[in-house]
Order: sequence, then structure tokens, then C-alpha cells
Amino acid sequence: MHDRTIAELSAALERGDFSSVELTQATLSAIDKGAELNAFITTTPDLALAQAQAADEARARGEATALTGIPIAHKDIFCTNGVRTSCASRMLDTFVPPYDAHVVEQMRAAGAVMVGKTNMDEFAMGSSNETSWYGPVKNPWDKSCVPGGSSGGSAAAVAAGLVAGATGTDTGGSIRQPAALTGISGLKPTYGRVSRYGMIAFASSLDQAGPMARSAEDLALMLEAMAGFDARDSTCVNTAVPNYQASLQDFNLKGLKIGLPREYFAAEGMDSAVTQAVEAAVETLREAGAEIHEISLPNTELAVPVYYVIAPAEASSNLSRFDGVRYGHRCDNPEDLEDLYKRSRAEGFGEEVKRRIMVGTYALSAGYFDAYYLKAQQVRRMIRDDFAKAFESVDIIAGPTAPSTAFAIGAKADDPVQMYLSDIFTIAVNLAGLPALSVPAGLADSRPVGLQLIGNHFAEAQLLGAAHGYQQRTDWHTQRPAGEG
Amino acid sequence: MSVDKDDVGQMAHLARLAVGDEERADHAHNLSNILAFVERLSAVDTAGVEPMAHPLEMTQRLRPDEVSEIDQRDRFQALAPLTQDGHYLVPRVIE
Repeated sequence: MHDRTIAELSAALERGDFSSVELTQATLSAIDKGAELNAFITTTPDLALAQAQAADEARARGEATALTGIPIAHKDIFCTNGVRTSCASRMLDTFVPPYDAHVVEQMRAAGAVMVGKTNMDEFAMGSSNETSWYGPVKNPWDKSCVPGGSSGGSAAAVAAGLVAGATGTDTGGSIRQPAALTGISGLKPTYGRVSRYGMIAFASSLDQAGPMARSAEDLALMLEAMAGFDARDSTCVNTAVPNYQASLQDFNLKGLKIGLPREYFAAEGMDSAVTQAVEAAVETLREAGAEIHEISLPNTELAVPVYYVIAPAEASSNLSRFDGVRYGHRCDNPEDLEDLYKRSRAEGFGEEVKRRIMVGTYALSAGYFDAYYLKAQQVRRMIRDDFAKAFESVDIIAGPTAPSTAFAIGAKADDPVQMYLSDIFTIAVNLAGLPALSVPAGLADSRPVGLQLIGNHFAEAQLLGAAHGYQQRTDWHTQRPAGEG
Repeated sequence: MSVDKDDVGQMAHLARLAVGDEERADHAHNLSNILAFVERLSAVDTAGVEPMAHPLEMTQRLRPDEVSEIDQRDRFQALAPLTQDGHYLVPRVIE
């Protein structure tokens, strides 16, 4: 019953095939059966059933929208009033927020039913979901592999058909890379499109929330609910939210100018099976009438180094709030205030989080600020300018989402720099504040490959239209891992 | 840039993180690799390039300076590890 797209579930609820309460019960039981994946940190069955009951009543009153009564999951980075929000950190293991994130409010206002909070890399710092205090998430396609990260629990939950949609956040690829590695669709909107209020901050000039689901159509339905002006996030943009779903139907691939950055097809360590799958996807777009142009993004290889200065610098500042005084973990028997700070933070944070805090502290410290932080901000502008120049001649940019398919749990865990390079194609998009999505575009060694489409600022409707057009012509997005669904 | 165990100690102190002696070698190794990796930025010619802090280069909105929150002290303090009479408690700072 539950294992369908949001659009299909919505139609079934509207027809009265089943109620939201029945659908939510089926979803909760699927989540229990799928516990081995470790996709959820917290489930909220009582709350979910109450929300489902309210959704059924709203429908009976004729007040249903497309998301009314649809079970969804939130990444455990979004604060939920009265529901533990851990950010997958020991630091926040017992933290129960007294308020909801804007995204959580928006999804509830649209009638969606929250069934739980998904696993993730600790404070969203990771590309494999292995840095979680609650243990790694398994990829439903191959349980010895990672689902990607940091939104790995949301990705695994959608890929396994436990929920039709989940929220994620993307600071350097954390929606798109796990979407690619688990064969689902995921969208990072333009910086500022979705409010960051109540989303636990990692790198504030890069963080952006977005939807993860099984089709571009479902992404459109979710984004329309998530987006919207919120004065509580000073970087949230006050422009009207388009009707994304309607624009899918109006969109035509014919004449769309698609740029292929040559640097994205010649990257070091690129899996040739991934390149082939992406080239086949581009061919499908060409056959549908798109014009394909080769372009250049010359500063591509500088994006990861820039990111690993800017993101840790912002993180070191954002995470200074976790001091063991007002909330979060506190060490036992502190000798003095400095000991309280240092041991509470040392015990509360995992290794990768500590590494990034120290790198960021170093990059911002007296004598190094100009050489690291200021320099990275200058190169960030050069990367942004590369995209601006490309968008003078093409409408969207296409390429691989990640250089490889899902890798084995533990394969990169001891080598931070190798792990960082798995985001080589996604990071530049965050630096430039652009929207981008990943859709399934084939299998390599029985593991999913993602096609990334990058748009100009606020071109989400165009990206979703192109992805929907691709999904009308292919069935990769309907393929499921063996034993699921 | 190579980082040694003393550098790690200094970075950890600035970041208010307790790092045991046995962990410092590991951190020194990983932090050296990360800094060597970002070091390639120093070879880029950025003369005349303005640093970019905001991806859309917007200025931040201002709002009227008005009270927007209600008093929820009890709810917030319920989250704290240690409070007394409406105050957050920390070890004695002034003898």
C-alpha cells in the first residue's frame, strides 16, 4: 500500500482506496521491518497516527492538498517541537527542541504526516553516513555499502520504499550525492529559497534544505510546500514560490541548451561505468530535442579545497554554541569552566566534527586568516564567475553527481581527503548558491548512478521540468533494490 | 603546511576541545593532510578578486527592533544540564 510515489499515494487517498491512518500504519510497520538499514534515529508513531487522523478529517472537509495525509520523514537536523533532535551527535542525544523548524511547520501545514527523524552524518559532516553517533546507515541496494551522506538515512528510507519522501539538507552535496548512491531523486534549491530557521547550522553560507523522493514530480510537490518566505532566516529570499508541479507539464526539452563541462568527464578517479551511464542519459536528452554543448568550468578542481576552508571555518563558529551550559552534553565533575567547555565538547563531538572545528579554527586564527579564509573567498568568486559565464550560453549544466557508485562501509573512513573528493561535482554548486538535482540514470555493477542537472539561480522549475522530461523517457527512477518494494 | 602535536594542542585549545596526548599524533597526521590539500589555493592568482561571502551577494535584511519572543524561560531551562532559581549553573569562576 505505502510503497508508491507521493503523486500515486495522493491520488489513492483522494479516491478513498485507503485512509491516511491505514497508510501511516503500513508505513510504520515497513519502518519496523526495515530497522536493519538504521535509516531512522527516532520514530514518532503516536504523533504520526494523530496527524494522519487529522489529515483524514481535513480531507473529509474538502481541505486536502497534494501532501495531505502523506507520510514523510525529516532529517534529524530539523528541530521538531517536543521530538528529540540529535543531529546524529552525542552532543544532542537528549535534546528536545522547544520549537519547530520552518520546513517542519511548512510540511505540517501542507498536511504531511511526520513518521520520524532520519539518520545522518554527525552535524551533516560526512559523505557516507558513517560519522553518525547512532551508527552507519546501510544502502538498500547493497547492505555492505554506504548510502552516501550526509542525508543518508533520508536517502535509504526513500530508496527502500519506507517513505515516499523525506527532507534533507545540502551543504556540499548532502542531498544529491546520497540520492545518486541510492537511486532516488534529490534537489538542492537555490541558496535562500528554503528557510534555514530551525535547521541546525553547519556552514551558514552554504546550507540549504531540499526534498528527496522517487521522482521529479514528487520533488516538485515537496519543494512547493517547503519553500516560502520566512523573516526568521535573514538570508531567506522574499520572492514568490512558483507552481512547480504545473510547470512540469508545460516544460519541453526541445531546444533546451545543455552544457557538459569537460572537467566533469575527465576528473581524476572517475569510474568509467559512471561516465558511460551519464553519457547515455545525455543522449536521451539529445534525442528529446535538447541541444548539447561542451563547456568549461576551469576552476572545478579548486572547489573542494575552497570548501574545506570555508565550511570548517563557518562550522567552527557555528558549533561554538555547544558549550555544555544551556543545553547538550555536559561532562561529569568539571574542575573549572574551561574544563567544562573542553571536556563537554570533546565527549560530545565525534572525530570528524572535531577535525573540522580544528581546521576551521586554524583557518580563522590570527596570522592565517588572509592565507586561508580570504584566499578561499576569492577563489569562491572565481568559481561562481565560471558558472555565470557558462549560463550566458547554456540553460542548464549536466554531468555526473558523484565520481563513483556506492562504496563499501569503511572503505574511505580513515582517509578524510579521499572522502572529501566524493563530493567533487556537487560542492561548486553550493559555493555558487545554485540549484541542482540528481536523478537516477542507470546502474553500474548493479549500483545506481546519478545524473546531476545544475541550473541558474531560481531556475528550479526548469531543472524539475528537464528531470521530469527525462523520467518520462526512462525508467531508471522506478527501479528498486532487490528484495525491496 | 605540516602540523605537529604541539600545533594540535594549540588548535584544540583555541577550539576549546580536550584532546588527549594519545590522540594528537592521529590528529596531526589528518590535519596535515587536509591543510596540504587546501594549500593548492596558494598557487592561484587572485590579484584584484573581491572575496565573496554570500552566494547571491545580497545584503542582510534589517527588522524593527521589537520584542518578538514570549518568555519561555522554564521550557528553555528544562533543557539545561544544571540550573538553580532561574540561573544556569557553571563551576565557580570568581573565588
